[in-house]
Amino acid sequence: MSGSAIVMMIVGIIVIWGGLAASIWNAVKVTKQNK
Amino acid sequence: MEGREQWGTRAGFILAAVGSAVGLGNIWRFPYVAYDNGGGAFFIPYLFALLTAGIPLLIMEFTIGHKYRGSAPLSYARMHKKAEWIGWWQVAIAFVISTYYSVIIAWAMAYTYFSVNLQWGGDSGGFLMEKYLQRVDIVNGAAIGSVGSIVPGVFIPLVLVWIIALGILFKGVKEGIERANRIFIPALLIMFLMIVIRALTLEGAALGLEAFFKPDWGKIASPGVWVAAYGQIFFSLSIAFAIMITYSSYLPKKADINNNAFIAAFSNSSVELLAGFGVFAALGFMAKQANIPIEEVATAGIGLAFVVFPEILNSFPGFNGLFGILFFGSLVFAGLTSLISIVETFIAAVQDKFNVSRTKAVILGGGLSALVSILYATQGGLFFLDAVDYFINNFGVALAGLVSVVTVAWFLKYLKPFQDHANQISDLRTGSWWRFCLGVVTPAVLGYMFVLNLVDNLTNNYEDYPTSFLIYSGWGVVVATIIIGFILASLKWGAKGLDGTGNSDNKGVDE
Repeated sequence: MSGSAIVMMIVGIIVIWGGLAASIWNAVKVTKQNK
Repeated sequence: MEGREQWGTRAGFILAAVGSAVGLGNIWRFPYVAYDNGGGAFFIPYLFALLTAGIPLLIMEFTIGHKYRGSAPLSYARMHKKAEWIGWWQVAIAFVISTYYSVIIAWAMAYTYFSVNLQWGGDSGGFLMEKYLQRVDIVNGAAIGSVGSIVPGVFIPLVLVWIIALGILFKGVKEGIERANRIFIPALLIMFLMIVIRALTLEGAALGLEAFFKPDWGKIASPGVWVAAYGQIFFSLSIAFAIMITYSSYLPKKADINNNAFIAAFSNSSVELLAGFGVFAALGFMAKQANIPIEEVATAGIGLAFVVFPEILNSFPGFNGLFGILFFGSLVFAGLTSLISIVETFIAAVQDKFNVSRTKAVILGGGLSALVSILYATQGGLFFLDAVDYFINNFGVALAGLVSVVTVAWFLKYLKPFQDHANQISDLRTGSWWRFCLGVVTPAVLGYMFVLNLVDNLTNNYEDYPTSFLIYSGWGVVVATIIIGFILASLKWGAKGLDGTGNSDNKGVDE
């Protein structure tokens, strides 16, 4: 794979899967705080 | 007063919303759209569309359902009596989609069975069109628009699909939809992950991933790429055909609407990205085996799932049948969770409007949809399915989305009250960007998309189908959904009236 393809793959993973992880983490954090 | 049903847990609602959004399009549409519109560079317009249209629209629909606590027609009627028809229009669109979507799941179910001994043989295209679908123009030499006879190989799994879907819906929101999604979504993810991992270890996978991720920055300047990005986000999130309004109407009073929208939207995109890995790694393997460039095997939709994938499975180094079962089984699970959400929109609407029990609403709404779906299980069904799917999405869903957002943002000017409602109960708060996205960006992009599609379809017949065929199976269906919307909105509400249905004092749980 070329360098530019690898960079875009990593960017996609970080933003999309990272976005999901961050929003789930936020939900868990708030639920724990409210308990 | 009988209380409105509620989700058992927050996770239950999120899984159901994700189950609705994650459908066949995530697996067979996104990878090709991304590849065809700049590869890795497509992520820029795609993420921009997600943040400026997808998530804002999802928050708006969650807020409408939660605030007015009703099916789409009841929610719009409570918002403004003259807006009720929009809810019915969206429900009519959902009804049309359910009639053909169930048939595609039936195909996937049949192919799961065919996978056991790779029944499609060496010519997967010929098997699909002649032996399996028994296409009316090939087998009978009849014209497009002819129905032919019922195809048993499609009809039998179709009956099974409806038994499963309606069986789940009979059980209700918590015991039926929520429980089914708790099983189907993890099962789908595990099965799909197994395929992706195997695909990534195949010879030639890197070739496919190179094609999928290599950025073509020149394409970003093209308006068509941005329209494709907004279209992908819009059509894959189950927006504008009553689903998210209906599902959020079952939320408890205290629910983090904004964060739920972020989780649902990012989950949907995460599955799309995963599908990109799996599909293009497999296509890279196929290209390497056949010693041909990737552009010759890259495709989308029915062709990708039922023609190209069987060919890939034929040349798999081992466990061909098992991976076929996993792939088509994934399509069945992804499709079923979406079909359930689509059918729930008109079950909830019938219950609210006519004050009937869930059982009666399932029999009436689901039964009618099941009956109509038989049309697509005939030898001529593929052409009807293709035309109805294209027109109902491009002129039904897209226009209904445009009309609903313009009505809320411009005519009723309800964006601020909706934002206040969502922010009041959400930990994650939206700012003025949310109102700007819905008041300016989304109407502009949807309007532009709609005009482009309209001009294109008025000058060229879709797939060169005969005009008469497109009038009754394309344009006619789109117009019929609008007329049905107005007719149903003109009927009087059941004994409980507008204010008496759907509300519950039960605060429920949100954890």
